Amino acid sequence: MTRLIAASVFAATLGLAAASAEDGHDTPHPPREKWSFSGIFGRFDEAQLQRGFQVYKEVCSSCHSMNFVRFRNLAEEGGPSFSTGQVKALAAEYKVKEQNDVGEDVDRPARPGDAVPPPFPNEKAAAAANGGKAPPDFSVLSKARTYSRGFPWFLIDALPFVGYTEHGVDYIHAILTGYEDPPDGKETPAGTYYNIYYPGHLIAMPKPLSDGQVTYAKGANGEPVVPETVNQYGKDIAAFLAWTAEPHMMARKALGFRVILFLLILSGLLYYVKKKVWAKAGGEVHGLQPELHKTY
Amino acid sequence: MSAHASTYVPKSRLAKWFESRLPIVGLVHSSFVSYPVPRNLNYFWTFGAILMAMLISQIVTGIWLAMHYEPTAAGAFNSVEHIMRDVNYGWLLRYMHANGASMFFVAVYIHMFRALYYGSYKAPREILYILGVIIYLLMMATAFLGYTLPWGQMSFWGATVITSILGAIPVVGDTIQSLLWGGYSVGSPTLNRFFSLHYLLPFMILGVVVLHVWALHVTGQNNPTGIPIKSDKDTVPFTPYATIKDVFASMVFFAFFAYWIFYQPNYLGHADNYIPANPAVTPAHIVPEWYFLPFYAILRAVPDKLGGVVLMFSAVLILALAPWLDTSRIRSANYRPIYRQFLWLFVSVCVALGYLGAMPPEGGYVIAARLCTAYYFAHFLLVMPLVGLFETPKPMPGSILDSVTGPGKQFSGSGMPVGAAAAPSSKG
Repeated sequence: MTRLIAASVFAATLGLAAASAEDGHDTPHPPREKWSFSGIFGRFDEAQLQRGFQVYKEVCSSCHSMNFVRFRNLAEEGGPSFSTGQVKALAAEYKVKEQNDVGEDVDRPARPGDAVPPPFPNEKAAAAANGGKAPPDFSVLSKARTYSRGFPWFLIDALPFVGYTEHGVDYIHAILTGYEDPPDGKETPAGTYYNIYYPGHLIAMPKPLSDGQVTYAKGANGEPVVPETVNQYGKDIAAFLAWTAEPHMMARKALGFRVILFLLILSGLLYYVKKKVWAKAGGEVHGLQPELHKTY
Repeated sequence: MSAHASTYVPKSRLAKWFESRLPIVGLVHSSFVSYPVPRNLNYFWTFGAILMAMLISQIVTGIWLAMHYEPTAAGAFNSVEHIMRDVNYGWLLRYMHANGASMFFVAVYIHMFRALYYGSYKAPREILYILGVIIYLLMMATAFLGYTLPWGQMSFWGATVITSILGAIPVVGDTIQSLLWGGYSVGSPTLNRFFSLHYLLPFMILGVVVLHVWALHVTGQNNPTGIPIKSDKDTVPFTPYATIKDVFASMVFFAFFAYWIFYQPNYLGHADNYIPANPAVTPAHIVPEWYFLPFYAILRAVPDKLGGVVLMFSAVLILALAPWLDTSRIRSANYRPIYRQFLWLFVSVCVALGYLGAMPPEGGYVIAARLCTAYYFAHFLLVMPLVGLFETPKPMPGSILDSVTGPGKQFSGSGMPVGAAAAPSSKG
């Protein structure tokens, strides 16, 4: 029996890749957006992350959880940087369950140390309310989604300065802006919607955003700072999800710069120490010197 | 630990007292200080030290990660995110460990290429070389076990595919499989025993590394000419010459390593592994880590499951036969004009197999994978024995020193500077 299961899993594995590759052929690549946080010196834009959180709270959070994010994270450095007062007030809007001294479950207002409460009590409830499949958790979503850029781009993506790590963020923005009417003759079964960037095009999530749906805070002159459009909402929530997936990204990039600089300078110094040491033995020879070999 | 007699002379009374009871300082001294190394070693020879540094880095970061990790199906993914978010510098430890595995393989593949190119597997270094193949096998097992621990989709399905491969072994396959699974499918007991084995194997690697270094110090190092050491003038003492060169090369390698940790931490992994494991949903592509891709391509090149499994394991084990398959007495491919071309072809085929391993097994990819698999084995079974018989090697220098200076010339200083071995730090 176990062998049968194993064999079928194995066969399925080898066959599945072929099936899915066919799905992807007519899916266009998500367009590349400019992100403030991309590249070696990339930094999150606090105002954008705050807007992204607003979109999450007012729109996405009715279906999507964000289980690994705690309220206090929203006030931490390298993130949306809400004030601690704002975060306390925000947390208090939510209720979390707690066991009291006599063992009863009671509701209490959330505190900054609590995780953002999910919209559904568990995965089954989430699936039941959403056509059979639970909407994905948002915490690491931007790292859990990607698209293949193919050869040779996947190699170039790894390089410094010309590299590219925002595949998942671009994908999320593309999905949010990719809802279209299906092309003529294409049926969309009940409970699915047509999206040009979704592999296979049939996505279970209805178009979640529309222009003007979320009202952003106005600038000092009373004018909107950014347009209130699906495109802008999509960028803001995608940027916010880049942060939830990598809350320490700015610390990482800053430390990396110092570490690599240190290692390069140390290597440079060591190179000259090595040269000096080897001078005692008549200088170093790197392997073979072919010109010397012509004499043999 | 060395054929080279120890020149360590304990100076203080305490050192003398200690040395006469346990001569470990003399052992280290003869292995890493006065040990004579060929003076013509190039940077390919620094990867031994780099690998040692990577092994230590993996063990240290791994021990720290284990303090925060929870090896259960329900808790593993959450505990990894806890490390990434809430543990101080947890993100650094995890990215060092995850990318460190890849860098370990980068270094080991260069190290293995060095052995194949310069004929380091030939007599008298067969045991040294086979110990290296064993380390490589242990590394593969460790890396596979480690990749299951975050318990993402690729962890789960990778574990499912690989353990089902072991199920194909005749007679004992089912038993091995249930033993690894701890049940009737991959689940929480599997994860728990994989964690235990993932913690165990690196220390076994460390043990075999000690044997590897021991064997190295008995036979001495090979060198780019492949000519044995003939006199003291062919060598320099390990410290300071090889030491400083190894340290320099390690720092350059660490800068490369750091780039991945800090700026491309997820490039070498899979996006699917940030989706928690779900036995009910199979990912679109189940692909192993990049360092396994050539073997994965070989596995899938064969239409028969057992045949694929046999060929995949043979692809690794055949490495161990190289000392006896290669009929040429010349070690270094620098003096083997025909074999050298075949060797580069072999390297290209390995890279091509890696690419094919990442592609879906359909159409032209399958045909290409079969051709490459055929060449992979032909390199060992046909090229190695035959080229050695028919090839005319290029003229060789008379000695290592000759290869450095040209024939008949001498340095003003001798190869083994006077007093350098006894007092390597005398020159400040």
